Amino acid sequence: MGANAAIELKNITKTFGSVVANKDVCLTVNRGEILSILGENGSGKTTLMNMISGIYYPDSGHIFIDGKEVVIRSPRDAFDYKIGMIHQHFKLVDVFSAAENIVLGLDEKDKFNIKRSAAKIKEISEQYGFEIDPMKKIYEMSVSEKQTVEIIKVLYRGADILILDEPTAVLTPQETQKLFAILRRMRDDGKAIIIITHKLHEVLSLSDRVAVLRKGEYIDTVNTAETNEAELTEMMVGKKISLNIERGEPKDPTDRLVVKNINCVSREGVKLLDDVSFTARSGEILGIAGIAGSGQRELLEAIAGLQHLENGEILYNNPKTGTHDNLRDKTPMQIRDLGVRLSFVPEDRLGMGLVGNMDIVDNMMLRSYRKGHSMFLERKSPKSLAEKIIEQLEVVTPSASTPVRRLSGGNVQKVLVGREIAASPTVLMAAYPVRGLDINSSYTIYNLLNEQKEKGVAVIFVGEDLDVLIELCDRIMVIGSGRITGIVDGRSTTKEEIGLLMTKTQREENGGAL
Amino acid sequence: MENHEKHIREPFFHIAKRDTVVWWLAWLIRIASVAAALIVCAIVTVLLTGENPIQVYITMIDGAIGTERRIWGLLQNTAMLLCVSLAVTPAFKMKFWNIGAEGQVLVGGLATAACMILFGDKLPLIVLMPLIIAASIVAGAVWALIPAIFKAKWNTNETLFTLMMNYIAIQLVSFFTYQWSVPKGSGQIGVINQDTRAGWLPEIGDNDYLINILIVAALTFAMYVYLKYSKHGYEISVVGESENTARYIGINVKKVIIRTMLLSGAICGIAGLLLVSGTDHTITRDTAAGRGFTAIMVSWLAKFNPLVMIFTALLIVFLEKGAIEISTIFGLNAAFSEIITGIIIFFIIGSEFFINYTIKFRKSKGGAAQ
Amino acid sequence: MITSFIHRAVMQGIPLLFGSTGEIITEKSGNLNLGIPGIMYVGGISGVIGAFLYEQSLDTPQDANAFFAIIIPLLSCMIGSLLMGLIYSFLTTTLRANQNVTGLALTTFGVGFGNFFGGSLIKLTESEMPSITLSTTSKFFSKTLPIDDIVNSIFNFLCQTFPSIAEHTENYLWIKNGLLGFGEIFLSYSFLAYSAIVIALLASFTLKRTRTGLQLRAVGENPATADAAGINVNRYKYLATCIGSVIAGLGGLYYVMDYANGIWSNDAFGDRGWLAIALVIFAVWKPNLSIIGSILFGGLFIVHNYIPNLSVNTQEIFKMLPYVVTIIVLVVVSLRKKRENQNPASLGLSYFREER
Repeated sequence: MGANAAIELKNITKTFGSVVANKDVCLTVNRGEILSILGENGSGKTTLMNMISGIYYPDSGHIFIDGKEVVIRSPRDAFDYKIGMIHQHFKLVDVFSAAENIVLGLDEKDKFNIKRSAAKIKEISEQYGFEIDPMKKIYEMSVSEKQTVEIIKVLYRGADILILDEPTAVLTPQETQKLFAILRRMRDDGKAIIIITHKLHEVLSLSDRVAVLRKGEYIDTVNTAETNEAELTEMMVGKKISLNIERGEPKDPTDRLVVKNINCVSREGVKLLDDVSFTARSGEILGIAGIAGSGQRELLEAIAGLQHLENGEILYNNPKTGTHDNLRDKTPMQIRDLGVRLSFVPEDRLGMGLVGNMDIVDNMMLRSYRKGHSMFLERKSPKSLAEKIIEQLEVVTPSASTPVRRLSGGNVQKVLVGREIAASPTVLMAAYPVRGLDINSSYTIYNLLNEQKEKGVAVIFVGEDLDVLIELCDRIMVIGSGRITGIVDGRSTTKEEIGLLMTKTQREENGGAL
Repeated sequence: MENHEKHIREPFFHIAKRDTVVWWLAWLIRIASVAAALIVCAIVTVLLTGENPIQVYITMIDGAIGTERRIWGLLQNTAMLLCVSLAVTPAFKMKFWNIGAEGQVLVGGLATAACMILFGDKLPLIVLMPLIIAASIVAGAVWALIPAIFKAKWNTNETLFTLMMNYIAIQLVSFFTYQWSVPKGSGQIGVINQDTRAGWLPEIGDNDYLINILIVAALTFAMYVYLKYSKHGYEISVVGESENTARYIGINVKKVIIRTMLLSGAICGIAGLLLVSGTDHTITRDTAAGRGFTAIMVSWLAKFNPLVMIFTALLIVFLEKGAIEISTIFGLNAAFSEIITGIIIFFIIGSEFFINYTIKFRKSKGGAAQ
Repeated sequence: MITSFIHRAVMQGIPLLFGSTGEIITEKSGNLNLGIPGIMYVGGISGVIGAFLYEQSLDTPQDANAFFAIIIPLLSCMIGSLLMGLIYSFLTTTLRANQNVTGLALTTFGVGFGNFFGGSLIKLTESEMPSITLSTTSKFFSKTLPIDDIVNSIFNFLCQTFPSIAEHTENYLWIKNGLLGFGEIFLSYSFLAYSAIVIALLASFTLKRTRTGLQLRAVGENPATADAAGINVNRYKYLATCIGSVIAGLGGLYYVMDYANGIWSNDAFGDRGWLAIALVIFAVWKPNLSIIGSILFGGLFIVHNYIPNLSVNTQEIFKMLPYVVTIIVLVVVSLRKKRENQNPASLGLSYFREER
């Protein structure tokens, strides 16, 4: 390879139990270039990068830095080679200040003095145009502030090989542009930059070369200038796919759930939901778009009876009785006792929707175990339900008595969605139901949602991929900083329109501050 | 060059999490760890006594099951330890670290003793016995309820709260042993109702302890069924595994915490009853004899399975009895048994590592040679 | 009366201070070491064994040399408690065993160890009392400043400089009493007691103001983050736990060699180890607050001796005080919920880098 190869990976393989996360991956990054690593969720991008940064240790293979073979046993080794990684899930200590987090783990020769470090941090952030208060505690920071801390942390250490794992997932377009400008400046400084992403337009606008991974295997590296979206997509998914999601017309939609002026405040006093009002109709899919953490979770949890609200109403129009029940501040049990058939696929599948250490049968019982007056459990019908779901949704599992934590992400989601749909809901809420799923599983989920829609269920779908939202949903509601910034028609809207709405409140706020 | 080589040296081994372990391998590892522990214990004993190890083991077995009396003693002690272990199990399964079983047993015993002393000659047996049973259960339950309420309402650290409740219980018992001491001021109660035997649990056949053993056996089975097949047991598992999931499916977590701790305390109360009314017929500060703590280890070693706990409790009591015999025969201090128990538990705790993780050794290939 | 109460309270508080400082350092690394009570027993008995062996090696008590009389028990205490810390660290950090169970087993083992060797030594000495007395070495441990002499010389000095004082000594006796009181409250302790306070202050400073402290806190708060920052998590956990254990073990040594005047009897140390663990919460994980807390607890421990006309049984009720107060503190801390006053976030959890 070229003389200026910063890192070269040869035949890296890593397995977790029986799952092969990386298989014989080869990769080269040069100094003074930005390399994108492109791949679907679960294609092994993060695992690969974690091996460079010393979090994981490869089962086999070789790593060369500047042409010399090295062994990276720990993050400390990685630092010694001037490798810095900005993780998708921030590695910050919440109760520490920004400065304390940044200097953490450094062996500076001089005496420990947090004030002097803070001054140096200020210097670095001015150089690159970051805005940061070094003494601010992490738990008081917004997501983008936390990311800034992460980046400064790496710069403070003088890293010249930077790895960024999905850095834009939590940023607004403006913040993204700012970040990209900084990254370009670093590249021009001669640093080697690796950016992990699955967003094609970012790859094309930012990187010099693109390496593609698919299901843990290395496909190829191409020069950005010589490729296009279609080619990259094909490399990424294996075959050309058009996002052809079936979308039927809603059948006589009626108002099922009417949310009026709800407000939700966090324990720290931050407004999570700000005067939210909307209607979900039967027989249609209502999409919810927005930057991660804009209040989507709180909104769904409020409807499901898991979130305390300051004021407002959540009215459910019962199709059987014709009554209008207010669900606000009711517990999940009370909601069920009202006869509301509400199903909820939460974002955190194994932490909330399912119990990882329980088998599929026992997870089926989560919703239904209360049935009957007996003190004892009835495992027969959950067992047949589990078997039915395994068969119909093609869940890959040794048996129905396998703990769900041992299933792959897509199969876990099938179990969860299958269970929620089995309750024949009138309202179905799904938060990021295809996150981390392969294409086939994602389509299974889209089909299931469409089936429910045809059955007259009011479906609420929180998604992150705008293409999917636009092709799947009848209406798309955009949420920004806890506020509804617009509701658009899924058939006529464009990505640009939604993107604009997503950042609306933030731009207003920024405008106010400037 | 030297520096370069240092960088290139690959780690000799690294640790990986096991996916699953076949049950027989898991048990093989556990049995091997107990065997290793016994060897270490034998070495320690041999060093201290100078006897040959076979003799030591024979003494140990003899101490535990050498005579019919000893076998009964072994079973009785196992039953008592098992009873307390059953009590702590539902709470632990819920990840509520109740280390206050000691105190809960003690107040249960205190309530029993109080009824025996105050009403022993006033009430007919048919009223007295139910009263004793109710009082001990309520006392144990209340003692567990107090920390449970605080945990449920304000998430107050239950480990230390229950621990402190132990000492309050001990002082309470101290207070009453002075209050009721025979003779006055001696600070000892002595055998209660020795002549009338009022409030004593009845003997079955000729055996003092059989009734205790039967009660605990029934409790063990009931707890097994409760945890595995009842809706309550299911709720306990869900709360223990993930409070978020419990909230999500509408389980009232606070209610489950309080209900489970009431149960936990109630069974401790029964253990107190069995100790005072069925075994010692008196109460002292040491009535619970550390079982509240040992029970935690018994329960944990059995992975919270009541049926397996029969064996773990038996193992611990067997070792204890054996070690006590060694210490009397060879003139060692009685605390020897605690050392032995400690060593064995260290080994079993340590063995869990080899069940959950594997050590992968690096395939030998000379990276430096290139 | 009040000065002697404070004096006794401090004496009672010092073992708790050693224990809680040790436990705070340990907990800051994310290890909840419930083995502290056992470790303090082992610390005590190891010191006793050291002292015993030293005393046996002397022909007459007069041969005792201050340096050896102190360094031998001190070192054996430290080695004993260090080994306990190593057992805990190996099981919980290297083998990732459950911390609560390991801690409880360690306490069972440690108390057993203490009583076993205590009992064996008592038997060896063939003493009639169920205790062993090490007065020769203890003398060196409990050595304090000669306060009476100092106060007398200060007072004499004052008399010489200010003739008016010398003329009406009885009117100025309050100066002397004041000096004596001051001496009794602040200056009447042995070197181990002062070291406890110095260690607590040092620990406080280290945790708050040094790089080591910052990294240790990071390990206890979020080991994955610390690891990613290049901190050797296992090394910190081992070091903090072992240093914490040694400090806690000194509490046991102080108790026998100074507080109990070199008399070891089985189970005499009681449940001070558990109180030390409770103190950690009282002090919201700050060793400097633990100084005040442990003296307060020491006072609560003995207050029943200072209230006149208590019957034997009411005394037993008063002995509940430290425990009741601990519970109240627990509840108050849980009600306040200030972010900085909570326990280290990963307390009680073992860390495995490749956890997915």
